[in-house]
Amino acid sequence: MASLQSLDVRQRSASTAQPPSVRRDLEIAKLIDVSKCIGCKACQSACMAWNDIRPPVGINRGVYDNPNDLGPETWTVMRFAEHEENGKLEWLIRKDGCMHCTDPGCLKACPAPGAIVQYANGIVDFVQENCIGCGYCVKGCPFNIPRISKADNRAYKCTLCSDRVAVGQSPACAKCCPTGAIVFGSKASMVDHAQGRIADLKSRGYAKAGLYDPPGVGGTHVMYVLHHADRPGLYANLANNPVISAAVSLWKGTLKPLSMIGMGAAIVVGLLHFVTRGPNEVTEADEENARKLKGRNAA
Amino acid sequence: MSGSVEKVAVIRDTYTRFNASERANHWVVAVCAILLMLSGLAFFHPAFYWLTALFGGGQAARVLHPWIGVVMAISFTGMGVRMFCQNIWNADDSKWLGRIGDVIANRDENLPEVGRFNAAQKLVFYVMFWSVITLLLSGLALWHQYFGDLVPIGMQRFAGLLHAVTAAAMIITMIIHIYAAIWNAGSTRAMTRGSVTGGWLWRHHRKYLREEVAKSK
Ligand code: SF4
Ligand code: SF4
Repeated sequence: MASLQSLDVRQRSASTAQPPSVRRDLEIAKLIDVSKCIGCKACQSACMAWNDIRPPVGINRGVYDNPNDLGPETWTVMRFAEHEENGKLEWLIRKDGCMHCTDPGCLKACPAPGAIVQYANGIVDFVQENCIGCGYCVKGCPFNIPRISKADNRAYKCTLCSDRVAVGQSPACAKCCPTGAIVFGSKASMVDHAQGRIADLKSRGYAKAGLYDPPGVGGTHVMYVLHHADRPGLYANLANNPVISAAVSLWKGTLKPLSMIGMGAAIVVGLLHFVTRGPNEVTEADEENARKLKGRNAA
Repeated sequence: MSGSVEKVAVIRDTYTRFNASERANHWVVAVCAILLMLSGLAFFHPAFYWLTALFGGGQAARVLHPWIGVVMAISFTGMGVRMFCQNIWNADDSKWLGRIGDVIANRDENLPEVGRFNAAQKLVFYVMFWSVITLLLSGLALWHQYFGDLVPIGMQRFAGLLHAVTAAAMIITMIIHIYAAIWNAGSTRAMTRGSVTGGWLWRHHRKYLREEVAKSK
């Protein structure tokens, strides 16, 4: 998809050249209102149908999560959490999948040029034909999203239906959600829409209702409305303050120029030493001394 | 024509510096190290990604790199066992290193006599020794195809950083090691053909020469 003009690229993995930047694309976002979700999994079905992916039949682990986890053929999964609040049971159902971070750790970590791209509209997409299957994106992602297929050693995750969005359609999941818990539009309008939902939740006693648009990754293009925004961990361990791990930032940031300078300097110093001091060569006197040691004469 | 030219056959005693099995071992390690450096740099910095072409593309380089690493670790174990005892640090090494200025300026006359390996060679050995262990362990943690599901994610991330830092240190050490062989004429022959002249040993490893001569007497 990466070459469609309707999807300008903002960032490309392992690439230093400046991407085309004359156009200003509209930033989009998907808003998932967890308080409206009934856990019907229509979005999972729509995702499988549109993207033509079928995970292998799994096993029931005694919970509603089905499949149990994300996978190369499972780009979104409903995670069910039971929570007691004020003596009442709350069933917190979160649709998990790629958050389409503004500062994507996957893209930062990826060593293959163009295997991960971020479009100007905010979608982060994996371009499988460029992927080498190293799994660095897994280490870079603060949300535990990318999965490497055992079949082809390439990374897969939610595309936010970049192919649909490119032609002005909403993602398959948003299109099919029967309760309207998934809405799609410009990021600004989604933030706006969320405010209305949050005001409604607050009026119904959820004092801590709020929007999940974590600043640690520069905000995301998939956002949640949470009834307990002060405790994202309640929602099947949603990260409280997700950031790209410091180890990955050092590895993919500071260390790169530093080691290039180190290696370059070693070569330059060696070269300069050779041309200024010259090689250390054995002299005839050395040979003579060695012969004397052995008690031999030169001739 | 002025007078007759007297032809003198000069005796050059030669000594075996590295025997055939040491040389073979060294070169297996060296070739692995070079291949690992080339493929590893490709994953480390986008400027070097084109090096994956040498291995048949990105996927192939990703497959080969860890296996070459395993071969390197096994073959380096051979080097480690062979060379460990000759690389134990002694007081003369500290003295030699203290006069590193003289070393760099080729003023060998100011240096203490050196055994089979000098202080810098020992340091190269230590860096390689610890790098290989660190790179092997962190490399296993990074080997996503086989260990991605077993290693906790925090450890994988740390392994990525550690692998890159250690590899950079090792590459810099390798550059110094290779340059030292160019700089000290005759060293390359010691590792390719095995032999050096008496004079070479007198200049660079005099204590070792004395031991060898004493042995042969
Ligand atoms: S596995 Fe992930 S990090 Fe590695 S090349 Fe593929 S997309 Fe990039
Ligand atoms: S959630 Fe993970 S995979 Fe998705 S864009 Fe962010 S870092 Fe990348």
